[in-house]
Amino acid sequence: MESLNIYQNSYLFVIVFLFVALMLPIVALSVGRLLRPNQPTEQKMLTYESGMEPFQDARVQFHVRYYLFALLFVIFDVETVFLYPWAVAYEKLGVFALIEMLIFIVMLFLGLVYAWKKKVLKWR
Amino acid sequence: MEWLAERLAQAPGLENMLYFLAITLPLLSIILGFVTYAILAERKVIGYIQLRYGPNRVGGRFGLLQTVADVLKLLIKEDTRPKLADKPLYILAPIIAFVPSFAILVAIPITETLTFANMGVGLLYVIAVSGLSTIGMVTAGWASNNKYALMGGMRAVAQMISYEVPLIMSAVGVVLFAGSLNLTVIVEQQQFVPYILLQPIGFIVFFIAATAELNRTPFDLPEAESELIAGYHVEYSGFRWAMFMLSEYVYLFAMSALITVLFLGGWNPIIGLGFIPDVVWFALKFSIVVFVFMWIRATLPRLRADQLMEFGWKVLLPVAMFNIFFSAVLKELFF
Repeated sequence: MESLNIYQNSYLFVIVFLFVALMLPIVALSVGRLLRPNQPTEQKMLTYESGMEPFQDARVQFHVRYYLFALLFVIFDVETVFLYPWAVAYEKLGVFALIEMLIFIVMLFLGLVYAWKKKVLKWR
Repeated sequence: MEWLAERLAQAPGLENMLYFLAITLPLLSIILGFVTYAILAERKVIGYIQLRYGPNRVGGRFGLLQTVADVLKLLIKEDTRPKLADKPLYILAPIIAFVPSFAILVAIPITETLTFANMGVGLLYVIAVSGLSTIGMVTAGWASNNKYALMGGMRAVAQMISYEVPLIMSAVGVVLFAGSLNLTVIVEQQQFVPYILLQPIGFIVFFIAATAELNRTPFDLPEAESELIAGYHVEYSGFRWAMFMLSEYVYLFAMSALITVLFLGGWNPIIGLGFIPDVVWFALKFSIVVFVFMWIRATLPRLRADQLMEFGWKVLLPVAMFNIFFSAVLKELFF
């Protein structure tokens, strides 16, 4: 019973922390509204561009290299999802799981080598 | 702090929630105090390392009120919002960036009794939630509709996701030795030998990746002042900007605490010096980590974008993978 209580209380604590973390910016910004001046002008509301007249929309098509890294990230992040349970249960699983995990890591490493050879990792 | 442990063992309810709130609010003020003086300490430390004085006008010889004055100034500064910005996202972004930075602190045990959430998946929670603030950065960059901001936001994402992988992988070694994701258990396992001695490679990879995750020099490309002005938060002013700054330093707190817990043995004393209270031990180890972060910032120049990405994927990731396997074999043979 006690461990169940600790378990539930832990997540209650998480909710309390989230609540406090949400309230801080809300309270600070609401109090700040009473203190700060607010006189917007056309000039102030221009987009900042080092003194140049801003031109075009900033949201252009972005370079594809960012998406390639995002794809790589997904692959390796999912890999770690498999690594953590293995690491926790390692003592019970023993040598067989170790070899299995080695094969798994080597296969992913081959993927990394492939990406490397395909020059995905090159930041041009 | 005995009452906190007792509270954790009782049935959850509204009463417990109020007690938790009563411990969270002092923690929040401690964090805000830490941030205030960490900024000052950083400026002083960097100043002395570079043979300058740092702030020494406001609040006596050591500039003790410098950051307080800065915060007050930010609070009464006009809040400008560009007309072209996406209003709801522009307002949400600082909040998205700040909330996870504070929320991860719940899982980090300070001492044996001063533990907030004693979660079985503590480490996983910390890593998963800390990844969320990347969304805040890219939201800020995108919502501002500013070219510098968008570039800074994109760079921030590319960097954060690239270094998150080695960060997570280098911690696997610690999990392997401890046999648990619960941070309290991990600290208890280090009663005699801290994991920095068993996991030196893991520690170095973790530290480098943590520096990159914190966007600190030499990995501060997302906010490179000299090329991107300030990166993703260039359009922000006043207290909205302060939220980004705050989240950065709360992350510094959280990361340093996490390194203390994972590798330096948390509140465990050095053998023979057990008469010093455990809070002091934690604070001591924690301060050393924070100081090293500042030291690195003062000493190293910024990397180029291509060096940064290639270092993460071609050096840190293979080393972290090797470390996992090496630790597993080590554990199989000797433990």
